[in-house]
Amino acid sequence: MAAAIAGRLTAAHVLEYPYRRSVGPVLGAFFTGLTERRVTGVKARDGRILVPPVEYDPDTGEAISEMVEVGPGGVVTTWAWVEKPRRKHPLDRPFAWALIRLDGAGSAMLHVVDAGSAAAMETGMRVRPRWKDEPEGNIRDIVCFEPE
Amino acid sequence: MSAVTSILTPIRLDYTYTAGRATQRFLLGMAEGRILGQRCPQCTKVYVPPRGACPQCGVPTTDEVEVSGKGTVTTFCIVRIPSDVLSVPPPFTCAHVLLDGADLPFFALIQECEFDAVRMGMRVEAVWAPPAELAPTFESIRYFRPLDEPDAAYETYKEHL
Repeated sequence: MAAAIAGRLTAAHVLEYPYRRSVGPVLGAFFTGLTERRVTGVKARDGRILVPPVEYDPDTGEAISEMVEVGPGGVVTTWAWVEKPRRKHPLDRPFAWALIRLDGAGSAMLHVVDAGSAAAMETGMRVRPRWKDEPEGNIRDIVCFEPE
Repeated sequence: MSAVTSILTPIRLDYTYTAGRATQRFLLGMAEGRILGQRCPQCTKVYVPPRGACPQCGVPTTDEVEVSGKGTVTTFCIVRIPSDVLSVPPPFTCAHVLLDGADLPFFALIQECEFDAVRMGMRVEAVWAPPAELAPTFESIRYFRPLDEPDAAYETYKEHL
């Protein structure tokens, strides 16, 4: 629908692709774990636990599928503060994007930290997940991480 | 909960479309039940809807032209899957209609005939919304319907395919 605003015609235009993606057995196990409030990774050939899991070993290319539970707490390895969240950001108040290495994991996972202010953020700080009331099997089942 | 086998990963872009000068003239014409185009001052082609410039000559098209609601089907497509945009039950037929006086075919839904009766050269006319429902939108033309006229000769529209 078009509407005249200050003499100039404008209209809302939405471009949307409602994709549904098949996740396969490895990522499927990760997302299923989230519904049970568990974070799982996959064991690589060198023994590292990769979180979130990948289907193939990053060094050898072999298929890997041995799932291992990690966390729930972890350590912030790096972060960036967002002072003014945008409409589609996961939190509606200032937050940090952060890479978080969960306890037992050999890789860090991108998520958000609800710390209140940038002054409360520090590389190496410990955080724990805050879960959604009714997990659905996607990454937003973890609402955010918060300082331990 | 049972095993998760898929996740939704929607991609959504929210735009505010702002009509430029030429498109604004065209849309305001729609609200009056008129089809407005613009003529190129160099090659004299008439563009409907106008975009403000001639893509061939690269010059502004400042000369406004009103064109007829009657035209000729240059090409068409039978649609057999439902559309979110067109609320017509499939199968239905969409066509490019070369309006009389225009040099650029115009997208059109063809109704009031069997979907498989639409053909190249068929003569059609615009069916407008009732006056109270005319608005600055393409939807002011509800659809095109067949005219009781002989088909146009191929030579009259072959340059516009």
